[in-house]
Amino acid sequence: MMYGYEWDTTTWLTYTTSILPIILIGLTVTLKAAAAGFAIALVLGLAFALLRRSRLIAISWTTAVIVEFLRDTPLLVQLFFLYYVLPEFGIVLPAFLTGALALGLQYAAYTSEVYRGGIEAVARGQWEAATALNLTRMQAYRDIIIPQAIPRIVPAMGNYLVAMIKETPVLSVVTVMEMMGLANMIGERTFEYLVPLTLVGLIFLLLTLICSAGLHRLQKALPKAGIPLR
Amino acid sequence: MTEDNTAPIIEFSNVAKRFGPLTVLDDFNFTVRKGEKVTLIGPSGSGKSTVLRILMTLEPFQDGRLTLSGMSYHEPNGKGPFKASERHLRQIRTHVGMVFQSFNLFPHMTVLRNVVEAPLRVLGIARAEAECRALQLLDMVGLADKKDFYPSQLSGGQQQRVAIARALAMRPRVLLFDEPTSALDPQLVGEVLSVIRGLAHEHDLTMLLVTHEMRFAREVSDRVCFFDKGRICEQGAPDEIFGAPREARTREFLSSVLA
Amino acid sequence: MDWTAYLPMLWQGAFVTMTITLASIAVGAVLAFVFGIMRVEGGPILSTIALCYTEVFRGTSLLVQLFWFYYALPLVGLSFDPITTGILVLAAHAGGYGAEIVRGALSSVSTQQLEAARALNFSRLQTLFRVSLPQAIVEMMPAFGNLAIETLKLSSLVSLISIADLTFAAQSIRNITLDSTSIYSITLLCYFAMSLVLMVAIRVVERLVRRGQAFPQMPRS
Repeated sequence: MMYGYEWDTTTWLTYTTSILPIILIGLTVTLKAAAAGFAIALVLGLAFALLRRSRLIAISWTTAVIVEFLRDTPLLVQLFFLYYVLPEFGIVLPAFLTGALALGLQYAAYTSEVYRGGIEAVARGQWEAATALNLTRMQAYRDIIIPQAIPRIVPAMGNYLVAMIKETPVLSVVTVMEMMGLANMIGERTFEYLVPLTLVGLIFLLLTLICSAGLHRLQKALPKAGIPLR
Repeated sequence: MTEDNTAPIIEFSNVAKRFGPLTVLDDFNFTVRKGEKVTLIGPSGSGKSTVLRILMTLEPFQDGRLTLSGMSYHEPNGKGPFKASERHLRQIRTHVGMVFQSFNLFPHMTVLRNVVEAPLRVLGIARAEAECRALQLLDMVGLADKKDFYPSQLSGGQQQRVAIARALAMRPRVLLFDEPTSALDPQLVGEVLSVIRGLAHEHDLTMLLVTHEMRFAREVSDRVCFFDKGRICEQGAPDEIFGAPREARTREFLSSVLA
Repeated sequence: MDWTAYLPMLWQGAFVTMTITLASIAVGAVLAFVFGIMRVEGGPILSTIALCYTEVFRGTSLLVQLFWFYYALPLVGLSFDPITTGILVLAAHAGGYGAEIVRGALSSVSTQQLEAARALNFSRLQTLFRVSLPQAIVEMMPAFGNLAIETLKLSSLVSLISIADLTFAAQSIRNITLDSTSIYSITLLCYFAMSLVLMVAIRVVERLVRRGQAFPQMPRS
């Protein structure tokens, strides 16, 4: 994809300016992959959390084992597994989707714990009050439990989003050309790795600092007592 | 012990203490003689505890002069909020000990280590000697048999007695009690008060006690000071203050707490 | 071709992974305490240095750090073998997160404890080592446990700077046998087993710390 490009490596400054446009294209891929992975993690994590609360022991235990397994094995190996094994079963996904799925799976294990913790942290008395008011289980979740769990859940989810952004460079090993993959490729062509890698590092640092500041403000803005859904 | 027992050991002159816009002590004057047992009473927020915390160098003060055995808390060219070097503050602290409302024992140390640790590390006393003395002190507060327990295994009253032994182990000349029984269940107050009562007979120990136990204050102290709004509103012998208070505010306060 | 013939290779890889993980955890713990204590007690200059360290190693991606040091160190005349580079970068990464754990735990020691230490005339260092740290270390253990597991998982990235760890071995075997399903399943199970062993080890250390400092009635989180 980069044939025909020339980079001016005379000084670090000219080098930086000449590779910046390409790296920024990589940044959009990084952000898209993180967004897709995060969406998968949010949905799948909720599914895990609910399955784990199932009253059927077979279901809750199986879920617990799967979550533990996903959480305790490396993202890189999970990624290789999906990338090489899925096609053997006839499932051929584009590299980007495989990468997003790997991120999503690994982080679903984390987010399921966040959901679980958030729901369990709502005081027992709240459940009892809901029962005393004769609310159904669904109504109790929707009107009492989830609104109070949100202020606990959102900041933790935000932290995982930031963590996930920082893990997207792993996707470059399955040919997803996000920032770091591009930086390495530029390095291979020019035999000068430090400038592109430093640039990518700084962009990550900037992203992290911005996200953390945003999260901090969000956390302050969330009402402690909860957010009604309707 | 040839020192003059009428000489002042603590002298506050025109001390002011502010927390931001809030003035806690204002133009505060207060003198304590060596060996004197003084009780500070008054409504909460009147500045009693602040006096103790300033003496213990837990809080700085802004204006005025405070001396302990003639040694000034502020140094002429002292920097920082305390206007003194850490070295100077540590010098002052060797003379002062404190017993806290919530005991503040170290949860990760046994009772014996709680008492031994500071003499060992700060005063540099040999372990055998420090332990021997610690056991004497624990015996005095009636807890020698609990020496290998951890604070969490003791009742509040027992913890406070250990805290008293710990403070005494540093051989302070001035011992400060900051509401030592306020955090205790009513049935545990007595055991702590009886230990303090025992100390009241120590001639050389100067004691400052902030408490809400009025009967006890009357019994053990040489002088009672009634605090109101950052000043000493009235002071005198216990019988005067409790028997015939002159100020209306004192009467008001006493009738509210003795009711 | 039968993949079982390659088990010794996987075993060797697993050994390298374990070595790198344990070494990184050890070095990382030292960095965590040094920089964490600097953050809390270091005064304006040292605490700023510690802040920069934690922000850089937490704020940039580990893989970027690995490649950066892999290419950068030789330029300044430091040529380590890849394994040393891998361990140092993993340790610095873990140390960045660990320093935050140490800082958090130290600043959660109650002011009442610090006042008691002050009233007993402890110096700042005595207060730190005799009062604050022994209490804070108990608070740190669960978070340190997670960090150790995280380090094990992240150690797989060193395969990308040509270190023959478990992931590298799996890749090599797959390239020969093309039997992805068995190889990657086995590899995942190996990592899972190592995580479980590491968790047990952490529990043991945690219990030792807890008993050593005796918190008989501390509620567990």
